[in-house]
Amino acid sequence: MTPQSQFTVVAPITAGGEAALRALLITMNSAPGVADPRNPLVPFGEFAQLHFARFVILNDPTLGDIEAYGVPRPDLPNYLALVGDCDGPAGACLAEMAQRAGAGLRRIFGHCEGFDGRVDLLAWMQAHDLPIAASYVNWVGRTVLQIKEESALQQLLSARMDRTPVASAAEARQRWRQMVDLVRNEIAARRLSLTSPEPTPLDWVIAKSANLLVSLLLSLLALPFLVILAPALLFQLRRQETRDPEICPRPDSDLLVELQSLEDHDVSNQYTAFGSAKPGAFRRGLITLVFAVIQFTARHIFMRGYLARIQTIHFARWVFVDDKRRVLFTSNYDGGHQAYMDDFINKAAWGLNVAFSSGVGWPHTDWLLLRGARREQYFKYYQRRHQLPTQVWYKAYPGLTLTDLDRNARIRQGLERELSDTEALAWLKLL
Amino acid sequence: MAQTVMSAHADVAGAGIELDDIQGLLRFGFKHHTEAVFLLLQVTDAAAARQWLGNVQVTSSVSVDPLPKTVLQVALTGAGMRALDVGADVVSGFSEEFLEGMAGDPNRARRLGDVGENAPDRWDWGSGARVPHVAVLLYALPGNLEAFQRSIEAQCAAGFELLYRLPTVNMGGVEPFGFTDGLSQPELDWQRMIPAADQEQLGYRSSSCLGEFILGYPNEYGLYTPRPLLDAQRDADGALPRAEDNPDNADVGRNGTYLVIRQLRQDVRGFWQAIDKYARGVPAERERLASLMVGRTLTGEPVVLGPGGGVDNAFTFESDPEGDRCPIGAHIRRANPRNADLPTGGIGIVSQLIRTLGLNSSARARDLAASTRFHRLLRRGREYGVRLTPAEALSAPPTQSGLQFICLNANIQRQFEFVQGAWLMGSKFNGLHEESDPLLGSRLPGAAGTRCDYFSMPQAAGPAQRLEGLRQFVTVSGGAYFFLPGIRALRFLVRVGASRSS
Repeated sequence: MTPQSQFTVVAPITAGGEAALRALLITMNSAPGVADPRNPLVPFGEFAQLHFARFVILNDPTLGDIEAYGVPRPDLPNYLALVGDCDGPAGACLAEMAQRAGAGLRRIFGHCEGFDGRVDLLAWMQAHDLPIAASYVNWVGRTVLQIKEESALQQLLSARMDRTPVASAAEARQRWRQMVDLVRNEIAARRLSLTSPEPTPLDWVIAKSANLLVSLLLSLLALPFLVILAPALLFQLRRQETRDPEICPRPDSDLLVELQSLEDHDVSNQYTAFGSAKPGAFRRGLITLVFAVIQFTARHIFMRGYLARIQTIHFARWVFVDDKRRVLFTSNYDGGHQAYMDDFINKAAWGLNVAFSSGVGWPHTDWLLLRGARREQYFKYYQRRHQLPTQVWYKAYPGLTLTDLDRNARIRQGLERELSDTEALAWLKLL
Repeated sequence: MAQTVMSAHADVAGAGIELDDIQGLLRFGFKHHTEAVFLLLQVTDAAAARQWLGNVQVTSSVSVDPLPKTVLQVALTGAGMRALDVGADVVSGFSEEFLEGMAGDPNRARRLGDVGENAPDRWDWGSGARVPHVAVLLYALPGNLEAFQRSIEAQCAAGFELLYRLPTVNMGGVEPFGFTDGLSQPELDWQRMIPAADQEQLGYRSSSCLGEFILGYPNEYGLYTPRPLLDAQRDADGALPRAEDNPDNADVGRNGTYLVIRQLRQDVRGFWQAIDKYARGVPAERERLASLMVGRTLTGEPVVLGPGGGVDNAFTFESDPEGDRCPIGAHIRRANPRNADLPTGGIGIVSQLIRTLGLNSSARARDLAASTRFHRLLRRGREYGVRLTPAEALSAPPTQSGLQFICLNANIQRQFEFVQGAWLMGSKFNGLHEESDPLLGSRLPGAAGTRCDYFSMPQAAGPAQRLEGLRQFVTVSGGAYFFLPGIRALRFLVRVGASRSS
């Protein structure tokens, strides 16, 4: 099993360089915001391990919101971010990109401070690859290669399947057996391939187990302190919740049109949000704890197709920027933006509140979990206002959603072991 | 005071609901008024247009006996408000999608499936210079429409140009393909029995909070949908209602709602010919396939209930999670999946918590489309053209028939656009793939070249059966978003325009 990893290369844009950078990034697209996989600058399609990638300019128009908290508007730079999700180590993926798309990357990062023709591109990107505070991978271990091979398998079987009803479960098993033979022949004829998974890297297994142990141990150790401190912490939370200003004006029409022009060109979409964290040590501590909890659950619980009730996110991450003063969130999701947000409000508003309510201006919450995102229109205004246009977005498997990937994986699994009669019937129904 | 046809008197409605201010279409389908025509107007003389709109008799939601012979309802587009010079301070309080209009943005067209044959630039009306300003909906008891229409059109001539007439015919509750239509409607909570609170609903119910369909009342989140609110000083004589959630403000939206019109041309002959081909000419099979596509038989019985199930509207799809009886992609199952906020499961707080955290795999499998109560539409459409039986349609020459689709909702984005875009047009709705709505789909392949012209019918004994190569049966030929104001708000909007222009 090959685990996935993520990179988030973030670097400040040179003074006056932003307009030229935007113009350059747009040349990579085949439709608004949709990268041409063969674009000459960074031909994303050539990197077989790359699931998703994006270039996005982090220019936060809501930077002044923090003044409502009695903090002066900070003077922070605009950044360029290269964000990606890949199979295997991020370093290897960046190295391959530096090697095969070095010229294009140099042209792009040439608009960033401290980058000149003499720097070592890979070392520079790695130095600017920010640590991830929390990340979510829909299905740990599912590689791009697997997705593509299983999609081809599904198409083959779907087209060749005899769709007449079966008279008995035994007949279902016969029909399954025919399909197993068909696949075997296709593989032998090299018209189809189903590559076996790589062995799981030992260091990854050890790191994960160690993380589980250490996290549980730390939690146990911290528990008594948390219990003792709980009244004071809850008091502080409640005090802030009732006083924190809510900043949810209706977003500008031009921003909405720009964001929408980049959406719905295929069955999946990107989301990039950027904003300031609420000031103060309490929030700083809370946000750190929250991301640690998300990271823990994503690593040990939510790694098989769902993040609580949400089953439409491929990859997501939270990254601290500017010494935890700002947070970058990116996700790749199935369906339209409206459905994505309604899904969140109706299925996991509590989760949104936990994850995002330390953001400046978030709709009023109660006890960290309640209200907040359930204040539907305030939340919808808030999230659109904090969303940034993603200039370039790449997805390695257009046309496929997570329900497709899941179905296709089950189809393949049904070929690789012996099935009972009833299991064979259930397998036929997948097609 | 509002000038309504009838005097106001309290009837079914609960406290604080001004039935005499709410246009009748929100409460009634006017089914006895079997004659109807919808006039789409553009303002040519703003003063004359305001004069007419300020005085015309608009039928309210108050029940009267006997029924009025004629009924008139009025709705305005964003362009219409600008043409009447209502003023940006008021107009900007309406929703983004209303202000942009149905055809105003190619991104919206992409989301709604208004591409290819459905593209707004091919519409008969609703796009570019052919965006209507005002819709006047006329309904009449049999025999009364012609004179009424003539009189109204004559009255409108001073201030408006007639852009388009949407005719209707009475097909007796059946849409042109031959299916009984309009059976599933949300029941509005006129009594305000549903508490105005944000509570998770663990069962499907067909009743809806008033605020889902009428602005100024709490919606299913227990909140008030944004709408234009004005400083009360702007309305010193109290012509407008005050906002329930903000008594210092005059509420322009209260008792009004958004009205969506889409003209849908139905290729009745093409539909039945295509299905006849799949059915190899066997009439019973033809009807079976068509019923699976719709999710109801021609006479309106939900196929999920099986033969003899009746036309009861209180059903859900709970007993058919894989779609063996009613395909997941059947039209009525896409338009209203009839589910609750949380997939059903064991009773007790632990089970509920497990499902809330997504840790129950059987619940997850049924959780792809959820919380239908936030995505309901109050439909008020009327048919046009010629009514044919399926057998007649097979041999008849092509007809111009279809549906003047009308729906009412307080939040166009969360209701009409969500149902149209995510559920009906969505090629991945509820775990499906390579298909969109069997009736409405445009069949255009996805950006990745993926096909979208299948219709899958799961069966208990084997792989899903599929219809392949479905054609486009329904084409959008016009459409617009309107605001159907409260009657006092209508007079107010007209007066604001007049004072700005004088």
